Amino acid sequence: MKIIACIKQVPDSEAKVRAEGGQVNWGDAPLVINPFDEYAVEGALQQREAVSGSTVTALCIGPESAREALKHALAMGADEAVLVSDAALNELDTVGAARVLAAAIQKLGADMVVFGRQTLDSGSGLTAAQTARVLGWPMLGLVGQIKIEERSVSVERVIEEGRQSVKANLPAVLSVVQSIGEPRYPSFMGIRKASKATIPAWSLSDLGISAPAAVIKRSELLNPPARETTIDIITGDSPEAIAETLVEKILAEKVL
Amino acid sequence: MKTFVYIDHFKGDVQPAAWEALGLAKSFGSAIALVFGSGAEAVAKTALEYGADEVLLADDSALTDYRAETYASTLTALASSLSPNLILFPTTTRTREFAAMSALDLNSNVITDATAVEVNGDSVVVTRPIYEGKLFEKVTCSGTPQFITIRGRAFPKPEQQVGKSGTITKVEAKTDAISTVEGYSVAAVGVSLSDAGVIVSGGRGVSNNPSLQSPAGLDDKQAEIWKAQQGFGLITDLATTLGGAVGASRAAVDAGYIPYSNQVGQTGKVVAPDLYIACGISGAIQHLAGIRSAKMVVAINKDADAPIFKQARYGVVGDLFVIVPALNAAFKKKLGK
Repeated sequence: MKIIACIKQVPDSEAKVRAEGGQVNWGDAPLVINPFDEYAVEGALQQREAVSGSTVTALCIGPESAREALKHALAMGADEAVLVSDAALNELDTVGAARVLAAAIQKLGADMVVFGRQTLDSGSGLTAAQTARVLGWPMLGLVGQIKIEERSVSVERVIEEGRQSVKANLPAVLSVVQSIGEPRYPSFMGIRKASKATIPAWSLSDLGISAPAAVIKRSELLNPPARETTIDIITGDSPEAIAETLVEKILAEKVL
Repeated sequence: MKTFVYIDHFKGDVQPAAWEALGLAKSFGSAIALVFGSGAEAVAKTALEYGADEVLLADDSALTDYRAETYASTLTALASSLSPNLILFPTTTRTREFAAMSALDLNSNVITDATAVEVNGDSVVVTRPIYEGKLFEKVTCSGTPQFITIRGRAFPKPEQQVGKSGTITKVEAKTDAISTVEGYSVAAVGVSLSDAGVIVSGGRGVSNNPSLQSPAGLDDKQAEIWKAQQGFGLITDLATTLGGAVGASRAAVDAGYIPYSNQVGQTGKVVAPDLYIACGISGAIQHLAGIRSAKMVVAINKDADAPIFKQARYGVVGDLFVIVPALNAAFKKKLGK
């Protein structure tokens, strides 16, 4: 079975992100594999182990620097990695990303494509479903458990109300959530392998498509309003006295 | 402005943010509610009571179970024939997915998690959080229709006018399913974090109760988790008194104290309660970003220098295992419970 894990590179979650001159500035924080996509790689690796003869390919759209995110996937255990990089892809919205990914997936060939639930940067969580739609493959979103049988896949989707069990034929597109299992740490051998790996970079002409135009455009970038709070530290002679004062103050502000 | 509002529901239980979306649509003009499902007539009637001018109801056994493909195709067909300018949705696991597909069908795209929507003639500018709420962006969509999913509790919920009636028109459902739903295990989830008016959250500190002796036979890690569960018991009691939800910091989730679904901030949920009570949470930058939309933050921490106090209106420097039960008792007394 051929499995593709789609990943993205984003500023580290610990970064202090600020809007400066209309641009996003994350200071000297590192760029890392999107944390949700580590679960996608983990889910893909689990299925490679479950179905003998399977391979995992990590796929990423991004600039040259995004090779580092792909190397992380290789170090976790992915068999190969492909970068799609093209100067024409600077302004891509999710529909555009889905069209590019779908073209790369067609070129690679796949039985199952795994995404993380969303990215840390834009966080719209749309690309997996849109990629499935372009490919015409079933979309199984927010999956916490995967089981492959012959040419079908059964999953448990984690939804607001609990879990939904769904079955579909392969090929299919999945997005996974954290209950798939904690992403494995890159092994020493994995890191060595990743550092030596050649990662091909495909351009749009390699994929035979032109740059999709973005429908969604940013007109302004804003820092969140500064929180105007002055803190009152509540003190008292006993926990009961503190609690009573605190409750009175909370109720007086009528937030409840 | 011709606006559709998709009323998201699970077996007839409507996601509260759907009514908020309907209220938002009404503030621009008239609103046509869309209800998909089977036997969903009651949802359609309730949509009229919440202010929908009319309802389009796709009622078909093919729509009994949500599947992205059938829901997307049903929506695409409706939007193609009726040409709305705008389609609003509550942001849910379902809407994010099938709106994404339908928007692709129509050469448009979706703006998710809207916290503000400004309409001027045909121009719609949407504000949404990015980078886990550390920044906001204003965006526009040049496609038609424009698909917008709104964040829960960002817009006022309209009053329900019981008995208000109107036109419910049956529309065709698409039946192009390519997956089979085999069943559900529906959890008793209580109040969800995104809809909660009050959230009481615990951090790493909940396992540090010095006066608690764990049962014999547990190893160190098991004893720590056992202690944490007792701590979250106190937090749950307070949340229950206030009719709220239980949250947690990433540190508490990573330590295995509580499931991921309770996590607030950093790859968890961005929340917007009226009152957020942080217990034993030091306040990592991602957590602070995740609770930025809370109207009031109350922090209880034994470390007076914890960053959480910088974002709090009220703080107690003290032992959460003593303060939280006292707070619960005081609220019960004041609220007459």
